[in-house]
Amino acid sequence: MNREQALNTALFLGFLVVPAWAWAADEPFMITLATRAAILALAGVGLNIVLGMGGLVSLGHAAFFGIGGYAMGILASHAQSFTPLTDWPFLLEGTKSMPIIWVVATLASGVAALGIGALSLRTSGAYFIMITLAFGQMLYYFTISWPAYGGEDGLSIYVRNGFPGLNTLDPIQFFGICLSLLAAALFLCARLMRSPFGLALNAARQTAQRVEAVGIRPFHTRLTAFVISGMITGLAGALFADLNRFVSPSMFSWQTSGEIMVFVILGGVGRLFGPVAGAALYVILEHTLGGISQFWHIYLGGVLLGVVIFARGGVIGTLAGREVHHD
Amino acid sequence: MTTLLFIEQVLNGLQSGVMLFLMAAGLTLVFGVMGLINLAHGSVYMIGAFAAAAVAGATGSFLLALAASLAAAAAAGALIEIVVIRRLYDRDHLDQVLATFALILIFSEGTRWAFGSFPLYLNIPEYLSGPVTLPGGIQYPLYRLTIIAAGLSVAAGLFLLISRTRLGIQIRAGESDREMIAALGVDISRLYTIVFALGAALAGLAGALVGAIQSVQVGMGEPVLILAFVVIVIGGIGSIKGALIGSILVGLTDTLGGLFLPRFFGLFLDPASATSVGSALASMLIYILMAGVLIVKPSGLFGATT
Repeated sequence: MNREQALNTALFLGFLVVPAWAWAADEPFMITLATRAAILALAGVGLNIVLGMGGLVSLGHAAFFGIGGYAMGILASHAQSFTPLTDWPFLLEGTKSMPIIWVVATLASGVAALGIGALSLRTSGAYFIMITLAFGQMLYYFTISWPAYGGEDGLSIYVRNGFPGLNTLDPIQFFGICLSLLAAALFLCARLMRSPFGLALNAARQTAQRVEAVGIRPFHTRLTAFVISGMITGLAGALFADLNRFVSPSMFSWQTSGEIMVFVILGGVGRLFGPVAGAALYVILEHTLGGISQFWHIYLGGVLLGVVIFARGGVIGTLAGREVHHD
Repeated sequence: MTTLLFIEQVLNGLQSGVMLFLMAAGLTLVFGVMGLINLAHGSVYMIGAFAAAAVAGATGSFLLALAASLAAAAAAGALIEIVVIRRLYDRDHLDQVLATFALILIFSEGTRWAFGSFPLYLNIPEYLSGPVTLPGGIQYPLYRLTIIAAGLSVAAGLFLLISRTRLGIQIRAGESDREMIAALGVDISRLYTIVFALGAALAGLAGALVGAIQSVQVGMGEPVLILAFVVIVIGGIGSIKGALIGSILVGLTDTLGGLFLPRFFGLFLDPASATSVGSALASMLIYILMAGVLIVKPSGLFGATT
């Protein structure tokens, strides 16, 4: 076991021990913080696939986070008001069931990622950054000006959605759901990194020409990665909405995209557990600095600037040293 | 009636396009010369607006306020360049995005700390307020007309600066080959600071001019920044001409789309849903325009084809 693996194990144990302690000590707020960290980490895991493995700087992942959130908001709001989504061409009812919401959220974000990715990946570099940012902003303005689902005010859901066999209103049980999904996504990501697909994606980041020369189309590889990435971030959006029982256009805002990217960078780009470390650190900073000053974003900016300029590789890069096979 | 409204909206579109150009010009210059993507450009827009509002509040003079916005934004730009940006030129875009995102956080919260969360108001001076009557009997606010003229003259000045002056030659040379002009004895780091401060000053001026129409508040820069990105994607990165044409295209599309799309849908939908569908679609129109340009020309209308 090398240092990075040891660190990853310690991180994951932290996600088990801290909430377990909080549960035993009856500190539900700590469990909620841990749930928030796990969900934000999941969003970061999604972004890390394109950012870390693919080298594609997407500044528009709030689009998928928001679509996931609104998938939950729309389905649950129809279910709580007992109105069908549509009665033509066939009757479509809302739902309060988490698994169904997750499927809809991931599919909807996947479709959006396919469209946005197909257009954005025609370009690269700085263009790609600006275009993904612009598409995120497009959906932001769309949700603000679309009055059917709350417009600027967003949607409130009165009761958290249900999961068969569990009581999701109990913080520790909802945390368990979120942590399991995070673990599943990390497992998928680890498999992906070692799969031929992951290797091709990594190679396309380093030299696209060589990948083409061996008969792989970088565009298709990148687009597939973008779709998988969007789906995972969309799932995180649905969970985030369920955590807050509220969705609003701010989930689509460019700040959200920036924050998801911050989780990945704080933790370490391209590292499997980078987003987990980053999101945990972010939530800790938010909680501690936010308690000191309402202007805690200044300090966050300072920390971020320090990491970018001096501590490249983020938390995991600094603690575990350079990755052997990283370029 | 409809023609009058149409001409008024075209002028509004032109006005927002010209202001967008002031933003986009700095971004595209910095990208063209230094290869840097700068998210903090929206922050200098905000700094310009706040400096103008503060000086106008203290002295009551609008011209002094504009001068203050130029000076504050240029100083902030030069400071950002020397302290942070200089370390990022040979980094990849990801590091640039993050560092400038960090700068946004610092500047936005810093401004909120200094000025509070409530919006400030910058008043239009007496001699520029009120409407003027244009040929054809159109009443149009004098101030908006003035900022169209001001923006267009700044654009003309920028074109002259880049095509006719020694600094302009260095900027153009820097765009095509940075190492070579450094080898020819041009002080490249001074040039970078000047270009960055120039771009920042333009953004600050735009912030002050627009601040007098809208309110001056924290976070006012980023929506404009993202629109400026759309402009650059449409016009082509590094092209000032592309930025000008892209800005006006985006300004007109945004304004006219908001006017005509609800009416267009009103032709075959009931009024309530026509308004909601139309305005929702209008809010997406410039991004659809951008997607359209991307499909036809991935490197923008005037971008270098690589």
